[in-house]
Amino acid sequence: MQKNYDVIVVGSGAAGGQSAYTLCMEGARVLMLEAGRKYSPESETPMFQTPDQAPLRGGSTEDKRFGFYDATVDGGWTVPGEPYVRSTEDPGGRFDWWRARMLGGRTNHWGRISLRNGPYDFKPHSRDGLGMDWPITYDDVAPYYDKVEMLIGVYGASDGLENTPNSPSGCLLPPPAPLVSDLLTQQRAARLGIPIVAVHRAVLTQQLDFRRAPALLHPGNLKAQKIIAADMQRRAACFWATPCGRGCSIRANYQSTTVHLPPASATGNLHILTDAMVREVRLHDSGLAQGVTFIDKTDGSVHSVAARVVVLAASACETVRILLNSKSARFPQGLANSSGKVGRYLMDTVGSSLSGQIPLLESLPPQNEDGAGGEHVYAPWWLYQQQHAGKLDFARGYHIEMGGGKQMPGVGTMKGAEWLTAGSYGRKFKEDARRYYGSFVGFAGRGEMIPNEQSYCEIDPTVKDKWGIPVLRFHWQWSQHETRQAAHMQKTFAAIIEAMGGRVKDGPTLDGAKAISPGGFIIHEVGGAIMGADKERSVTNQWCQTWDVKNLFLTDGAVFVSNADKNPTLTIMALAWRSADRILDLMRRKEL
Amino acid sequence: MDRRRTLQWMLAASAAMPLLARRVLGEGEPAAHGEGAPVAPTAHGYGTDPDLTKIYHPGDLWPLTLTRAQRRTAAALCDAIIPADTHSVSASGAGVVDFLDEWVSAPYPAQHEDRALILEGLLWMDAESSRRFAKQFADLGESSQHAICDDVCYEKKAQPQFAVAARFFARYRDLTAGGFYTSPEGRKDLGYVGNVPLLKFSGPPPEVLRKVGLIPPA
Repeated sequence: MQKNYDVIVVGSGAAGGQSAYTLCMEGARVLMLEAGRKYSPESETPMFQTPDQAPLRGGSTEDKRFGFYDATVDGGWTVPGEPYVRSTEDPGGRFDWWRARMLGGRTNHWGRISLRNGPYDFKPHSRDGLGMDWPITYDDVAPYYDKVEMLIGVYGASDGLENTPNSPSGCLLPPPAPLVSDLLTQQRAARLGIPIVAVHRAVLTQQLDFRRAPALLHPGNLKAQKIIAADMQRRAACFWATPCGRGCSIRANYQSTTVHLPPASATGNLHILTDAMVREVRLHDSGLAQGVTFIDKTDGSVHSVAARVVVLAASACETVRILLNSKSARFPQGLANSSGKVGRYLMDTVGSSLSGQIPLLESLPPQNEDGAGGEHVYAPWWLYQQQHAGKLDFARGYHIEMGGGKQMPGVGTMKGAEWLTAGSYGRKFKEDARRYYGSFVGFAGRGEMIPNEQSYCEIDPTVKDKWGIPVLRFHWQWSQHETRQAAHMQKTFAAIIEAMGGRVKDGPTLDGAKAISPGGFIIHEVGGAIMGADKERSVTNQWCQTWDVKNLFLTDGAVFVSNADKNPTLTIMALAWRSADRILDLMRRKEL
Repeated sequence: MDRRRTLQWMLAASAAMPLLARRVLGEGEPAAHGEGAPVAPTAHGYGTDPDLTKIYHPGDLWPLTLTRAQRRTAAALCDAIIPADTHSVSASGAGVVDFLDEWVSAPYPAQHEDRALILEGLLWMDAESSRRFAKQFADLGESSQHAICDDVCYEKKAQPQFAVAARFFARYRDLTAGGFYTSPEGRKDLGYVGNVPLLKFSGPPPEVLRKVGLIPPA
């Protein structure tokens, strides 16, 4: 470890990876601190392993919630030795916090859905009077969406739909062909007025444009261009096998560990420390951040490191936790918290799902439907006009993710099929399995939650983790906008399934409070240190720079002012890049 | 098994059941076969950071605990559910008994719950076979096996005295299917042809689109 870092970046996922990438490529010396272990997708990813080679046929357990082969290391909704607290036992107030203690964080296992927020999504309050506006517009972020898409590789199409931005030519890779279940869904949903188009996912359907993109990503910086051009050539295109949630040893999908960190390391400017659990940001007498204090998890020793700038990119809630645990005479309620807003306006995504069995898809001839290892199509929110005209009983929209096809059989194949088979067993059961395999479609709604005063986190007064660091206590409440939206999802999915000639096992759940997934289940938690135009009512300015401490930046989802239905990761990266550009600019001007 | 469930099973089963059930509850001594009574697994799970690239077999991570007698009944029942046919082998032929043993022996709460239901259920199958045919389930011919299975194979239609046994059967069939269709033989039986690298992904072939009605007949 050197002593003269320009920037300390806490966290190595989408935000930390992007912050470090941009800073290192432009010449800043960066120390990255990651609370989890070192992780190498090239050697650790179980690419072609089949469920029969895993314990319990790869099914979910307490140790691996998304199944044995999920990429998550030392993580999940619970992490041994690292508890958190809920303020209530009431199921409606439930919030579960997913963490991954590994290099690259949650980017190793995520769904790779990479949607741009639209113009409405940055100004929700102006549009319907609820929540708050961002201090920036779509146009401020658009150039960074372009860059992130070109860098990480996103397939998709530009369909010109409302509040669903097109990408300029050259940003997106061609989308994969839809599955037969996608095409049937598209045909039948169209009869209900629901458009189904190519989804955007961070998977290389072809090699990145290593001749053209580098100069657009790093204008005037030949060293950076050379590094990223070489790295783009080392990433293989998708070979249409193995689920993305396992990670990707050929680097065909985006994970920080395969896309951001290798070129950042190649600059020689990045030093990564793993097993480094950050406890607090230390404040200098001058009022500037001096550096951070962390615990080396391998031996419990405590260390302090210093730099000109500190970037927290530890995930929304962990960033909040570090701020609230960084108390000083100047900031007795936690660092950068003169507004009292640190921890406030925690949001997740509204989630609800329903699956159906489609007779038209029964007994189809064998075909390889592995595809791109995740969704190929989706339905962007299609009722902006009806909603704006007051015809719906909830305020914000959702998109629909969907899947089907003859996917790799799992331990749940033919589970609970009595409703179709009338309890068959023996040779009839085997015939039924052949008939029904691949005939199911699943729909998952992902909708916008409006920030509210009852959903927040704070430091629990007594509970500490195994490192002695005080833990978070969560407060959570959905409003009727969310529960009614979940009920609308259920009705819509049932209508699509019916339009496909299909059937639903137990019918849709029309009580929204029952249909909605608990807080934190969709793992899109954002907010907690929102950006704003007013330092009394926000924690950072539009550059993710805290109002109170000018060399302290928060580049993860904590700064989100709203949580549009669009999955947050692409926006996290775009804002992190924009923030890093600002840091570089201020450092060049000696203002940092 | 709590008292309430014990009573449910007792009502559902023959007079032999209470004696047999004591084995499950761990109250009695090992019974006639001379094999150890099943013990609740105390092993540890694979933890939050297992080696994902290694190939695992049942018994590698925690000891298997089914007795020879239990495995015999388990095999007979999973083969009644998934017998050999012209497409593929039977469930036991695809290693499903080892999988079931791994499952009920696993140190996780969901598997613990299944363990209670399944061990009781296997006892019930033999008790019911003894009551009706004076034989163990594994020694019955197909028609006798079916006579019992027909009474418990459909939870919704099962007579009240078979309600608990039907719940067991449904779970056992789920696990048997899960074990079988994740085996190489089961994948092949279903016509799963993925998990191989392709140069190109072309989407559904015309004959599939035609069958679904997305393109007109040829």
